[in-house]
Amino acid sequence: MDARELRFAVEELLHAYVRCIDSDRLEEWPEFFTDPCVYEVMPRENADQGLPIAVMYCDSRGMLRDRVVAQRRANIYAPHGYRHMLSAIGVTGHEDGVVSARANYVVYRTFLDAVNYGHSELFSVGEYHDTIVFENGVARFREKLVLVDTARILSLLVTPL
Amino acid sequence: MEVCMDGVANHRSVSPVSLTWPADVARVPYRVFLDPAIYAYEQEILFRGPIWNYVALEAELPNPQDFKATFVGDTPIVVTRDKEGALHAFVNRCAHRGALVCREPRGNRPTHVCVYHQWSYDLRGNLIGVPFRKGVNGAPGMPEDFQPAQNSLRQLQVAAYNGLIFVSFDPQVESLAEYLGPDMRACLDRIFNRSVQVLGHARQFISANWKLYAENTRDPYHASLLHLFHTTFGMYRSSQGGGITLDAKGRHSALHSYRKTEAEELTAYKNTDLRTYQDKYTLADPSLLQGRPEFPGLTIQAIFPNLTVQQIQNTLAVRHTIPRGVEQFELVFTFFGYEDDDAEMRAIRRKQANLVGPAGLVSMEDGHATEIVQQAIRRDQDATSIAAMGGREIAGEESLITETGIRGFWRYYRELLGIAGAESVQKENGAWTHENYASR
Repeated sequence: MDARELRFAVEELLHAYVRCIDSDRLEEWPEFFTDPCVYEVMPRENADQGLPIAVMYCDSRGMLRDRVVAQRRANIYAPHGYRHMLSAIGVTGHEDGVVSARANYVVYRTFLDAVNYGHSELFSVGEYHDTIVFENGVARFREKLVLVDTARILSLLVTPL
Repeated sequence: MEVCMDGVANHRSVSPVSLTWPADVARVPYRVFLDPAIYAYEQEILFRGPIWNYVALEAELPNPQDFKATFVGDTPIVVTRDKEGALHAFVNRCAHRGALVCREPRGNRPTHVCVYHQWSYDLRGNLIGVPFRKGVNGAPGMPEDFQPAQNSLRQLQVAAYNGLIFVSFDPQVESLAEYLGPDMRACLDRIFNRSVQVLGHARQFISANWKLYAENTRDPYHASLLHLFHTTFGMYRSSQGGGITLDAKGRHSALHSYRKTEAEELTAYKNTDLRTYQDKYTLADPSLLQGRPEFPGLTIQAIFPNLTVQQIQNTLAVRHTIPRGVEQFELVFTFFGYEDDDAEMRAIRRKQANLVGPAGLVSMEDGHATEIVQQAIRRDQDATSIAAMGGREIAGEESLITETGIRGFWRYYRELLGIAGAESVQKENGAWTHENYASR
């Protein structure tokens, strides 16, 4: 795969990933990851201090599925949808079939509850640090670190970023 | 000290507020969550009053000259550790023109200097430098009678208990040990039994009045009804026991939930029997809950007015409530473990942090629960909520189906702000004022 093909594959993966979340197909979300994997939503505040606690930390597809089942069946929150904006997508490394990539993201949250129906707000700003591998030609995240600038989370975070 | 130590009685800027509060402390007028005058009054009388406010863990300021900028109520303050290791705290507002002096959330420095005109302060908040104080090129400088010693930052009382740092605006405040009381100290002693290590922070910004969260953390009634993670995944055991402990004044509370037998407790940690409890769903990856026996069950301790200490399985955290106006507050979680944790224990705490905080599988909805109250009460400010589950008494109970902790909070709040119940309010024409403030 040459550099141009690789970049295209990374962009396609990222775009498919955010479309999956933004169209509320969360049951498909774990399929974007290898198993095991690491999915971590880490406030930059902690990363900068070298502190290990993230607001979400999953190390298997099973944990990702459990997040989705909890969101669908257990957690209480104002119904909402996301719209991701991606920019500055770039391949930062490629060795032995393991690709490192970065992208900036912005997520707007739009409420669907009775009080705030249709209200959109800027919900989260940050950066994806991804490690991507190809399994039978399918690109998947082996590691997705969501480094969150917006450490002060509005109300709560239930839908993954 | 000079003006900074004046008593609450001298604060005349806050208008008296008329408020009818039913005699029944189980009834809470919604107005207390909405009225800007009440908010302003409690900033003066409560947060700057005869109480202790949690501000930091000592582990956040381990070294000489470390500092943390935070808030008492909505007043910005700085906690420092001096070169000798002693703790200090001062209001983060320059004595000169009122600018924020310390602009970083944390760090290490020998002095704090206001960027506006570079007035500088030592680690106790004493004014140590005023540029051009003696004038320059024949210009006169500060007046002759200007005394730096009289223009320090407003210094606060500071005390620590087992690594938890508290401050008070009131020099006459009771000792921190008395303020906490023996039962609350015992509860803190259990968790803060050796040196802790900070593992990370998480922040939530909630669109609701801060007191709705004070109620939430004293309310075990909602736990199995709002937080459905455990019941959904079949982990809730109806045999679980629990109860609530209050301090002598009812202002602090500690909720405990525990399994009744050692076998149940061990099973909970081994987590091998999840499937026997399943209703419909099971965890695809039960490693989330595979911890180590450390503390029995769960503890949520609420120290008046702004501190929550939590132990849920192996996840430990303090939560600091910071009011950000009448209808907003911030919740800052500081997760911690122990300095002597091994690598596996650290990994357990890291994974179990998924259970709490802004994305907590078990308890993310607490803040939202306060928001849906705030969204519904605006037009009915004289209506009241009912916190009468378990009766009207204010005392510890061997049950989790109780609102006694909420009643304890409000009784103390009313006492502190000098808000009388209905009968005495009628005698005073329904008004509560500075004059009937008589908490001390």
